[in-house]
Parts: sequence; C-alpha cells; structure tokens
Amino acid sequence: MHELSIVAELFTIIEEKAREAGASRVTKVRVLIGEISGVVPELFRTAFHSYKKGTIADRARLEIKITRVKFRCLRCGKEIKTRDISSPDFSHSCPFCGSKEVELQSGRDLYLEKLELET
Amino acid sequence: MAKSKKEVLVLEDILGSNKKLAASIRQKLRENGILAVNLLSSPGSGKTSLLEKIGFCLKDRYRIGVIEGDIETERDAERIRKIGLPAWQIITHGACHLEAKMIARIFDRIPADLDFLFIENVGNLVCPASFDLGESLRLVLLSVPEGDDKPRKYPEAFITSQVFVITKCDLLPHLPFDVERVIREAREINPKLEVFKTSALSGEGLEELCAFLEKKLEELRRQNA
Repeated sequence: MHELSIVAELFTIIEEKAREAGASRVTKVRVLIGEISGVVPELFRTAFHSYKKGTIADRARLEIKITRVKFRCLRCGKEIKTRDISSPDFSHSCPFCGSKEVELQSGRDLYLEKLELET
Repeated sequence: MAKSKKEVLVLEDILGSNKKLAASIRQKLRENGILAVNLLSSPGSGKTSLLEKIGFCLKDRYRIGVIEGDIETERDAERIRKIGLPAWQIITHGACHLEAKMIARIFDRIPADLDFLFIENVGNLVCPASFDLGESLRLVLLSVPEGDDKPRKYPEAFITSQVFVITKCDLLPHLPFDVERVIREAREINPKLEVFKTSALSGEGLEELCAFLEKKLEELRRQNA
C-alpha cells in the first residue's frame, strides 16, 4: 500500500499548480495511471479522498484514466500493444517478426494530467 | 461575483520529485565512483544473508557500506556491522518501501570513498519497485521456498531490475521449484535480466555474483574516466 505516499506527492503538485493559477478551489483532478505502474486504482481513490480533507481540493472529484501497456520491437521497430502483461499466454515476443527483444514503452507512468479550478 | 471554472493542463509526473532527487543522488554517487545497488524482495527471501556473504567476499579488496531499510528495528544493520561493515538503518515506521528522500536525509553520513553502496529495501516485492533511489543497479531476489510462479505475479519488480538472484538454491532438491521455468518467465518479462543461482548456506553462485558486481563497478569507473 504505497498509494498514500504517491497521493501525498500528487497533492504537493496540486497545491503548487492551484497557487500558481490563483485558484480558490480545485474541483476536479484527472490522473493517468499506467496499467503496470504498480498502483491499484481503487486504493489510489481511497487514499485521494482521505488525503484531500482540509486541502484546496477538499471537494474535488477524482478521474482516473488507465494508460495501457505498449511495447516496441527492437528488431522490426513495430509497436506492440497488449492488455495484460501477466496473462499466461503472453509470451512477450513480437507478433510481427517473432523477436523476443521487445522493450516497454509505456504503461508504467503516473501523471497528473489536468485540474479543474475555481478562481 | 459568480465563480468561474477553468481547466488547466498540467501533465506532470506524480513521482517526478522522487525521480529528480534520485537522479541527483545517482549523479553524486557516480561522480565518487560508487556503485549503488538496490535490493528488492519479499521479507525472508535472504537479502541480509546475501549481503553478509557478498560483504565477506568483497570487504578485503573494497570499501563497502550498507543502508538497511526496515519498518522497525536496527536488527539488519546490527547483522551487517557484526561482519565489520558500516551500516545505516532507515526505520520507516510503517512505510512499505524506501524513497529517494529517505536516502537523501542520511546521505551526508555516507563516506565519499566507498566502492559499493548496497541498499536493502523494505521486504516487499510490490511497492519498492515504484521508487527510484538513485541506484545504478537493481537486484530482485526470489527464494526457492517462495515458488517459481512469482515473476509473472509481480512483474514490476522484474521489469525494473537488471539482475535476478535466485536464493536458497540449496533447497532445490527438497522443493518442487522449476529453475528453468522461473528463469524463462522472468526473461519473458525482461529479456535483459542477468540471472544468478545462489545459496548463502552452501556458497553456490556467490563468486559469480561478486565477480559480476566487480565488473559493474569497473564499467561505472570507466564511464567516469
């Protein structure tokens, strides 16, 4: 359960951005959570709503968008998408040329995408 | 006056401050020619025992320091000090992983003339994988009693590591653990993983692992030159 640490970092950014924009309140927070970022969206949500109390975002809604895993084949250069890295039949080989040399491009990141502010 | 609403695009990495701090730690360590190694695994998989053995193997020829991360107690740091190495304990009081800022807080106590700095993370195969500590090398350990199905169940730890150390291999004759399967599945997740089969009890694989660490230290120093 490291979601609370991550939410604490998120609020540091929220408060900084809200201050910069001269906002009186943050009404919506939208985050991008990588499918294999190691963050569980439901736990993130719980952590967000308990952390927000007493902050500038105390009534904010949270929107979560999951970003999917994407690989690139190091041999043929094609982009490979997969929904589930842990599925037992997923062999991590390139479906186009069969190479096992594939590199993870996205799906691990955590981003604060946008904020809705009241000024 | 009516309140006006507006949307602001931010697109900022939530773990950006941890990453920035980790990058500056990594740079300082590299400038001093120190190879920092972050060890990840479940509790009881043998991180401290492996470090004791690596320490024995390398301490006559190299200067080694160890950062120990635990939720409570100085027990691991005490074990490391017993073999004559300096150890700094970080007690997280409940946090399930180390973060770069925890390393930064004790950074001044770490001698600049070390060769190796080992960081033993909090025992947990999930959360520590998300936090860069400024290491140059990440080792994931899996002990034979934990089972050969773990790489696919805990992919992030295996994706973010460069080295996979199978520990407690002396137990292989007694347990249904398929070494070939675990290596195959780990490399399906991360084809570049270096794999070592070790036992802190019998000494199996320790020389090879230490030789690999020495090679990595040489590489780091060659890049500095």
